[in-house]
Amino acid sequence: MSDTHSESALHTAYVRKEMLPERDPPASQKGAVLWMRENLFSSIPNAIMTVVSLYVIYYILAGIGPWMIGGIWDAESLTECRAIRDELYGHGREVACWAVITDRWHQLLFGFYPQDLYWRPILTLALFGVAVAPVLFENAPRPLLIVTAIFPFVAYFLLWGGSVWGPAAVAVGFILAWAILTYTQDILGSLAATLAAIVVPLLYWLYLVGPVAGWLHGLAPIGIEAVGSDEIGGFLLALVIGGTGIILSLPIGILLALGRQSDLFIINKCSVIFIEVIRGVPLIVWLFTASLLLNYFLPPGTNFDLMLRVIIMVTLFASAYIAEVVRGGLAALPRGQYEGADSLGLNYWQSMQLIVLPQALKISIPGIVSTFIGLFKDTTLVVFVGLSDPIGFSNLIRATSEWNGIYWELFIFIGICFWIFCFSMSRYSQWLERKLNTGHR
Amino acid sequence: MTDTATKPRSVNRSQMKVSDEVAIEITDMNKWFGTFHVLRDINLTVNQGERIVICGPSGSGKSTLIRCINALEEHQQGKIVVDGTELSNDLKNIDKIRSEVGMCFQHFNLFPHLTILENCTLAPIWVRKTPKREAEETAMYFLEKVKIPDQANKYPGQLSGGQQQRVAIARSLCMRPRIMLFDEPTSALDPEMIKEVLDTMIQLAEEGMTMLCVTHEMGFARQVANRVIFMDAGQIIEQNEPEEFFNNPQSDRTKLFLSQILGH
Repeated sequence: MSDTHSESALHTAYVRKEMLPERDPPASQKGAVLWMRENLFSSIPNAIMTVVSLYVIYYILAGIGPWMIGGIWDAESLTECRAIRDELYGHGREVACWAVITDRWHQLLFGFYPQDLYWRPILTLALFGVAVAPVLFENAPRPLLIVTAIFPFVAYFLLWGGSVWGPAAVAVGFILAWAILTYTQDILGSLAATLAAIVVPLLYWLYLVGPVAGWLHGLAPIGIEAVGSDEIGGFLLALVIGGTGIILSLPIGILLALGRQSDLFIINKCSVIFIEVIRGVPLIVWLFTASLLLNYFLPPGTNFDLMLRVIIMVTLFASAYIAEVVRGGLAALPRGQYEGADSLGLNYWQSMQLIVLPQALKISIPGIVSTFIGLFKDTTLVVFVGLSDPIGFSNLIRATSEWNGIYWELFIFIGICFWIFCFSMSRYSQWLERKLNTGHR
Repeated sequence: MTDTATKPRSVNRSQMKVSDEVAIEITDMNKWFGTFHVLRDINLTVNQGERIVICGPSGSGKSTLIRCINALEEHQQGKIVVDGTELSNDLKNIDKIRSEVGMCFQHFNLFPHLTILENCTLAPIWVRKTPKREAEETAMYFLEKVKIPDQANKYPGQLSGGQQQRVAIARSLCMRPRIMLFDEPTSALDPEMIKEVLDTMIQLAEEGMTMLCVTHEMGFARQVANRVIFMDAGQIIEQNEPEEFFNNPQSDRTKLFLSQILGH
């Protein structure tokens, strides 16, 4: 046995004298025909599928295309639209009546916001772009973060108007919290300082903001025309609710996820109960709670703006979902990452901030963005509690005698508006994932 | 195990001095995982400058023992004093000890979202509050020492296993630890890369670092260690100088273990 083995080894023995140089891969054929053969007609079933799909696409486009392209842009009412259509195409052909959009676009976008003040929401949106840039893009100039910090107060002032001292007095509360955290830590110790940094501003907001703002306004009455929450509607409303909800739900959700992982019994159980209760009940129920029930729980006399209540509910709802998505990311991190951070002497918050969350959030990006997109579209539910979001306005527009009976055009317009924002979020998340990809772990 | 294939380089023992100063003192330490008694009555004193190799079959508690020293695992009974600080539930003490004790893991545990340089400067900047530039200089010094300064701006995922483990060693050294713990640092590496990591560890030993290594590299133990500890079933079975330990093991359990890992 061993003989035959060594004999055959003799015949196959081989020693490489020189190493092979690296070579380019063979140049493959290129061209449209090859591409089509490979991607569309690679086998008979594939060819059949291609032909059927092409026919379906053609059928849909042939139905919708002329209806959309032949649409009528200039008319005062649906009746006029139909008259123009009959005149142009003869009787019996259906075309879109885009005139409803040209006539009412401002209501769909801004609600009953005063027309001469449209510059305020537009400026707010532009500032929002500047404010989020340093958060979304690493290479945006860092000083822009100042804009980010003051944006919430500026946005409130621009949208709702009124005295400049209201938002300014609220902002002082945050400065107070920061000052307490920075300067009293040595005197009080970190735990007491943190507590003070939460309690003192809360007391200030509850009892002092009103009088302080009123007194300052008495001294220097600076302000712009006030706009009530009931005048804010349409897409502007969806953006305010959705935007605030998205921005606030991420930090709250992260804290909840960390709370759910915590070894501290009370914190752990509070997080679990909060998440499970909020997630277990439909959003629409929470919105009714916000509009009808919340007043019973609040101290008598407090009159909370409905829009604010809805924003709080939407934020809490999204936070619970974000918490679960982030928890998935935390669980996906290998234990070694926590141990690596611990072994270097990083404390809990440092290891969370520097090691754990950057990686866990990266894993959770698709889930987080899905939740955001869902939240943004769910803002259309506020129509049921009496706020006039775009859907609400489409109902209002259809209730007028001019546009009674129109459906598709309004919904297509609203759909496109939502799609633009949702698609941008989706693209941003894909870009971010690619950028953060630093190779396998 | 791969004793002959990856023989480490020769060792200069001139700097390897054991001082009288006690670095780690473990007295009557016990640990349970649930109801499972992993570590039983461990007593161990390590002096400054000692190089100790801990070996034993898997599940014998050797990793758990060194993980107790920097409180990655909590012990339930007994006392562990590291560099004069007793390990207690006080988080401040734990963080202090962890910043004085470096650790290398079997799977490196580098931070994949940070570059090599950032991995090395992170703890000095955040724990020691070292200025960034100074931390970077220190990091480059140690990266040069482990012979990979040119990889500083790459991410861990782009490096080989051996390179990653050397970075992990450099990352620990950047904190200027007084004690280094190694938890099977070469077990996850290809044979060709074991040598480069062992060479780095030898270099460290030559400079007088106090080291506790859980490893199966018996060549390393012979050359570098001044004491070899054999553990089984959560207890220290035998400890001795390497020559005596390998040539003249006392307990039957040790003899069986040595025959199994050196016998082929």
